[in-house]
Amino acid sequence: MEKEQFFKHKFLPVTTIVLAILVLWYAFAIILNTPFQRDLDRRANVTSGRMEFIGKTLAQPKPVLPAPHQVAQNVFENTFLRPPTSNRSLVYNAWVTLSSTAVGFAFGTLLGILIAVGIVHLVALDRSLMPWIIASQTVPILAIAPMVIVVLAAVNITGLIPKALISTYLSFFPVAVGMVKGLRSPEVMHLDLMRTYNASAAQTFWKLRVPASIPFLFTSMKVAIAASLVGAIVGELPTGAVAGIGAKLLAGSYYSQTIDIWAALVAGSVLAAALVAIVSIVARIVDRSMGGRPA
Amino acid sequence: MKGIHLSWQGLLALLLCLAAIAMLPLLTEDAVAPFTGGVTILTLLLVAVAAAISFINLSSALSATVLFIGAHGAAWLLLSGITGNEGEARLSFFLLIAAAWLLAWRCVSVLSTIRPRSPAGNYGLRLLIPAIFGAWILIIWEAATRGAGIPFILLPPPGAIGARIAGSIPTLWTDVQQTIFKSVLIGYIIGCASGFVVAILADRVAFLRHGLLPIGNLVSALPIIGVAPIMVMWFGFDWQSKAAVVVIMTFFPMLVNTVAGLAAAGNMERDLMRTYASSYSQTLLKLRLPAAAPFIFNALKINSTLALIGAIVAEFFGTPMSGMGFRISTEIGRMNVDMVWAEIAVAAVAGSVFYGIVAILERMTTFWHPSIRGGQT
Repeated sequence: MEKEQFFKHKFLPVTTIVLAILVLWYAFAIILNTPFQRDLDRRANVTSGRMEFIGKTLAQPKPVLPAPHQVAQNVFENTFLRPPTSNRSLVYNAWVTLSSTAVGFAFGTLLGILIAVGIVHLVALDRSLMPWIIASQTVPILAIAPMVIVVLAAVNITGLIPKALISTYLSFFPVAVGMVKGLRSPEVMHLDLMRTYNASAAQTFWKLRVPASIPFLFTSMKVAIAASLVGAIVGELPTGAVAGIGAKLLAGSYYSQTIDIWAALVAGSVLAAALVAIVSIVARIVDRSMGGRPA
Repeated sequence: MKGIHLSWQGLLALLLCLAAIAMLPLLTEDAVAPFTGGVTILTLLLVAVAAAISFINLSSALSATVLFIGAHGAAWLLLSGITGNEGEARLSFFLLIAAAWLLAWRCVSVLSTIRPRSPAGNYGLRLLIPAIFGAWILIIWEAATRGAGIPFILLPPPGAIGARIAGSIPTLWTDVQQTIFKSVLIGYIIGCASGFVVAILADRVAFLRHGLLPIGNLVSALPIIGVAPIMVMWFGFDWQSKAAVVVIMTFFPMLVNTVAGLAAAGNMERDLMRTYASSYSQTLLKLRLPAAAPFIFNALKINSTLALIGAIVAEFFGTPMSGMGFRISTEIGRMNVDMVWAEIAVAAVAGSVFYGIVAILERMTTFWHPSIRGGQT
């Protein structure tokens, strides 16, 4: 029964939509690449039949919109056929981006939790800091990214740290907001119970507030890790970085290597999906070890 | 000693004051225009007296006023004395700034305990407390950059950035027009509107919903900002390509949130609508869209910041001769750091205003919702 439900409500619709997207993609690839191909044919003085022409539009080296199989081929070549140490390998570039994402995410989560603990315990901090935390997110940090990186490069801090700082800035916010909510989620009744036990503030914090905040923490960590990845990618743009997914995007844009751009995008997407999946798995493990039952 | 109320911030401020006296003068000997003795004594007195008065059990309002005047008067004297003497400050200068900052902290703590009866007073207080916090970020920034003589290239003092903003309003205005009024606004409107329409469609057709939602959830976690170079290639260098990036970035948050919101109306209410024999459109307009409003506004708020980020980052991949992203990337290359910071400040203000407008609209249209009606969470 459950299997049938899954097939009807999940598998069938999702596959249909994915297929529809692929068909649309091919259609657009043909339409968008047609003018250039026609131009090429006219110059080379060849006339080709319709099927042959369509085949050519899907095999251009620098198409306006690469066909899915071209992107897939590029991803496959750059992932599996190159040694992972080569700087053209997507594995290598993804690793570079992943490392600054991970450092930034770790710092961001830590900072977010610290801010949340401060806000929950100090009234003055709650009233003075909270509005600025929200305002800080309306600052387009990605606009400051080139600034941060160039300035840090001027004091000889280059490489991982500046990119990680941008990731930190992007990821601390969801964690801080989620943790404040989580640390405040215990009901008044439970807090009162702690008071009747004559529990100290530290005991209330560790035994009631922290466990109550765990689900909130993981939810916001899922958002934060995706944001960290965006920060790391954008952090690679302004320095003309030589490695990383952002650098691949920029290089592809300079040399109009559209297939490379799309391959880098696919790599970034896979990375994002994998990171979110890892956080979800950790969340499930922690939830189970804390005695949560599968819903 | 009933009339005395000690606070650690005040005590520490007094100690710092004593340490500062021991380490006088405030500036090194070769400063161009050193502090006069009168100003030095006045600053010390302001801090010490404010700290001392705050120990007496006064009303909170009076105590806060004294602390406010002491902290900000001292900070103002110190900052106006350091201008022109960049990099000449000695430890005693920083000790006094720290003492003034502690007084400001105490002031905020006192202010946080006040519970005004009138709504206007409450509102003013909710603005005043963060304002003091923000002002102190600027004060410490100014004192650190000017006092320690941090190179201009690394971090210009806020005063210089302010002067630059005032001096280049026409340039900033053209950038704002290019980036905000063309790319951001147009992209935001198209992206949010299309996300909304597709969400309604998906809500009507269950098959579409089952297929689109997992994909929508996946896409909202992806680094969509990476499509910027592709969009620039397709739509050219002008604002159209930036608007396209913004459309793509805002579409999925709107889709996912609206679909979630449309499911928010309770079964009881839906059954009630059915007993009234109301049509699909009546249920949608009168029950489900209002119930979805908080979710839709959530998406609008998220999108307001995403749109600005998308437009600015897209400008890094090629743009005409104006726009905030263009200005930032070119001025940083020419080491005009104050101009970059001016642009950042303008972007921050624009982003806050954008967010604020959406938040006010939310307050006006969903005034009935518990999250707004109840006020505090």
